[in-house]
Amino acid sequence: MFLGNLASLPHFLPEIAVTVTILLLVALHVATRNRESSAASILSLVGVGAAILLSGASPAGTGRALFEGMVAQDGFAVFFKVLTSLCALVVIFMSMDSAELAGRSRAEYHIFLLSTLLGMFLLASSTDIVMLYLSLEMVSIPSYLLAGYLKGKERSTEAAIKYVVYGATASGVMIYGFSILFGLTGSTQIAEIGRAAASGKASLALLLAAVMVAVGFGYKIAAVPFHMWCPDVYEGAPAPATAFFSVAPKAAGFAVLIRFFFTVFAVPDSTPGLWRLASAFDWPLMFSILSAVTMTVGNFVAIKQNNVKRLLAYSSIAHAGYMMMGFVMLSSAGIQAVLFYLVVYLFMNLGAFYVVVLVSNATRGEEISDFSGLGSRAPLAAVCFAVFLFSLTGIPPFSGFIGKVYLFAEVIHRGVYWLAVVAAVNSVVSLFFYARVVRAMFLEEPKDAAGLPVPALTGAMLVVLAVPTVLLGVYWEPVARIASDSVRMIAF
Amino acid sequence: MDFINSHVLSLMTFLPLLGAAVILCVPKGKDDLVRWIAAVASFLPVPLAGHLWFAYDRTLSGVNVATQFMFVEHYSWIPSINVDYFMGADGISMPMLLLTALLSFLAVIGSFGITKKVKGYMALFLLLETGMMGVFAALDFFLFYVFWELMLLPMYFLIGIWGGPRKEYAAIKFFLYTLVGSVLMLLVMLALYFNTTDPVTGGHTFNMLHYMSQSTHSAWLKNFDIRILLFLGLFIGFAIKVPTFPFHTWLPDAHVEAPTAISVILAGVLLKMGTYGMLRISFPMFPDVTRWFAIPMAVIGVINIVYGALCAMAQSDLKKMVAYSSVSHMGFVMLGMAALTPAGMSGAVMQMFSHGLITAMLFFLVGVVYDRAHHRQIDGFGGLGAVVPVYTFFISFAFFASLGLPGMSGFVAEAMVFIGSFQTFRTIVMVAALGIVFGAAYHLWALQRVFLGPLNPKYATMEEINAREIFCLAPLAVLVMAVGVYPMPVLNLMNASLLHLIDVVKAVI
Repeated sequence: MFLGNLASLPHFLPEIAVTVTILLLVALHVATRNRESSAASILSLVGVGAAILLSGASPAGTGRALFEGMVAQDGFAVFFKVLTSLCALVVIFMSMDSAELAGRSRAEYHIFLLSTLLGMFLLASSTDIVMLYLSLEMVSIPSYLLAGYLKGKERSTEAAIKYVVYGATASGVMIYGFSILFGLTGSTQIAEIGRAAASGKASLALLLAAVMVAVGFGYKIAAVPFHMWCPDVYEGAPAPATAFFSVAPKAAGFAVLIRFFFTVFAVPDSTPGLWRLASAFDWPLMFSILSAVTMTVGNFVAIKQNNVKRLLAYSSIAHAGYMMMGFVMLSSAGIQAVLFYLVVYLFMNLGAFYVVVLVSNATRGEEISDFSGLGSRAPLAAVCFAVFLFSLTGIPPFSGFIGKVYLFAEVIHRGVYWLAVVAAVNSVVSLFFYARVVRAMFLEEPKDAAGLPVPALTGAMLVVLAVPTVLLGVYWEPVARIASDSVRMIAF
Repeated sequence: MDFINSHVLSLMTFLPLLGAAVILCVPKGKDDLVRWIAAVASFLPVPLAGHLWFAYDRTLSGVNVATQFMFVEHYSWIPSINVDYFMGADGISMPMLLLTALLSFLAVIGSFGITKKVKGYMALFLLLETGMMGVFAALDFFLFYVFWELMLLPMYFLIGIWGGPRKEYAAIKFFLYTLVGSVLMLLVMLALYFNTTDPVTGGHTFNMLHYMSQSTHSAWLKNFDIRILLFLGLFIGFAIKVPTFPFHTWLPDAHVEAPTAISVILAGVLLKMGTYGMLRISFPMFPDVTRWFAIPMAVIGVINIVYGALCAMAQSDLKKMVAYSSVSHMGFVMLGMAALTPAGMSGAVMQMFSHGLITAMLFFLVGVVYDRAHHRQIDGFGGLGAVVPVYTFFISFAFFASLGLPGMSGFVAEAMVFIGSFQTFRTIVMVAALGIVFGAAYHLWALQRVFLGPLNPKYATMEEINAREIFCLAPLAVLVMAVGVYPMPVLNLMNASLLHLIDVVKAVI
């Protein structure tokens, strides 16, 4: 279905819900004098909750093209809307207890957060390169503001500036690629571009343009060599924002990467909504090298990190590398693996950052040494952190292992054995630095034996995140089904 | 009875886990309650193991035929990728299941002396037991892998938190080594998954038994070079666990730094998982490659035997000596397996069982002396025989069992390995016989230095072994003796399956 503007609105309710919440937050910001009022947090929770319900409630069916083909509403888009909203939800909770954000305006913070979320909704569903570019910027600009939100703190400002410079460069390269695409094919619709590519009109120029576009996406998912901004931004930004950056924009980046390259370089499979690779270019090789380099750089550099936030930043680069394994062959099973991985990654990575926020609130530090003895100072938090870290390593019975199994399975199934071996070696290497944190928590004596208070909300949220991390490692059938149902994408 | 028969393996596997969950609910400070819960949770599998012993039909051949397994449980777990919950026991897993149940219980009793963070220790220990039982019961590769990995985490913490002075280094070294092996196994597992089909449904499968019939294999998997690669991937994964030369360097560190009961479990059960994995998975899945690789395996076995014994002789630390003696003894298992003869194969599994009992005694005994003297230097003692006669009796018993004195289980196993493998590899076995001589040498030499000669006055008042420690040692000593004098019951347990395994390995192409 190709819907006009007004007819599209009923299918645009999640975005409308977020937009309304943002407007209400602006009103609240103007109206209230109490900068730290929790009203903003509660309002945001309600808005994001509504967006999740509306995304889940509006059946995507076979998919619709909204606003004359600007954005799509299909299973794929719904999946990412729910995923990024869940991430936002956890981050809003995380921000409530954050000591870094104390004394700063809550409403403003949430406005930026929700604007990013709205951008990600659109990014995951855009089917037109103009829309795609706009939504990418819609994600980026509020992200810069979030990174620099700790006004007066040098680190935070540095983070914001780095983010802006890298972001601007990447999006400049990307839009240049878009202009070439438009010049070659005469259309801004990615489906049209795909048809032009399939009809053989395109050539080296198309390849060049696609690589330029990939730069923009690579920047969003922090793939090597476009990852340089990542550690500094993660370290400088307020911890809850870092947690958000490490999951949601990355997920949205994967969404747009997959949608764009699928529509342009894959042809519909015999089953409606599924795709397979049909291109003369050796995309698989390019992306498998990118994947291997990304995970290797991420893991090896992480070994040397002493700051846990920075360590997790490099780890998130490595995880982007793992996830790209699912993308290399442009197959449905691979995309399913990526979607599955994003779900488990959401829980384990947000959980890990949650503990970092907790510890940095209490000790004002994020070095590994600040975690020493956490096992006796705050047993619940330490055990949860260990669960998240081992899950990130990919050890059973945690869900990170299952996620990796799907990704490994995809590359082995397609015969890219060398990539599987590289990823396996990387898993072992990653154990080394994750275990350093675990070792500090459990094997070393605390510098300060006093108990570390865990606020009730934080404790509850840690359990809420740890339970699925374990549970999905033991029984993951439902999520595997959701992932395989969400692979369907539309293109007109 | 039906319920017990059809769920006994699950009960043995998950009762300890349940115990761990209960322990986590116990309020702080009630250490004795925690100890007793752990004792009960680890004791429950013992009568169940007794049930296995009496109920097991010794004519069943197991290995690659689902109907030839007993106590089978088969449910669908993750239907979308055909992962099953598939457990069963045959003659290869039976001795290991019995051994695990017994040693775990004794190790918990032996850990009653732990006073630091008792709750965490016992909970982790029970989780470890679940992993071990699961490995020996699983017949689905995915399930096997999950249990296999499940042991890593508790082991890491048990060594890392409760271990000796270099515990952190030992713990991470153990973890990294084993994980290297595991990821190799994971890759092989996935490659097998995509290249085999379930004969009934036509889908891909993780069912180990399906992997063993060549008709389910894809063309890619029929390529001999590919099979060699996959076999070696699995082999390295298992060899690290055994550990065979040159992957053994984690063992002395881990064993020496681990607390006593954990060394017992490491040497008594965990090492056997490597050789068990070869028998359960590598051999029947890759019979052709197994035959091709038999001589290298035998050579590795002999290197283990001789090199392990020489290393043991060079040690000044009693625990390190015992640790290296494990390397040496596991070499006999490798040698016997590689021979692919009935006597060799039975000797290998017998050695797995017997070494589990003997090495458990040795580590317990070393723990006893360390608790009293706070060091383990062989040269730091002298004449202890006069001060602690009962202890000296037990350690002499264990040493003689370990060096292969006739009438004890170690002799039966090693003799069978020699008889079985001599037909196949003459020269190699002659070299291996050196290991026996060296074995006698380091055991007797250590015995002499610690227990005979003039008394070191420092230890004139050393406390005698206590009742709890004897409780841990006596059942093992009785079993070592019983199996040594009359091994038939244990041999009967495994014979049918091992003969069938040899047929499987030798029959194909």
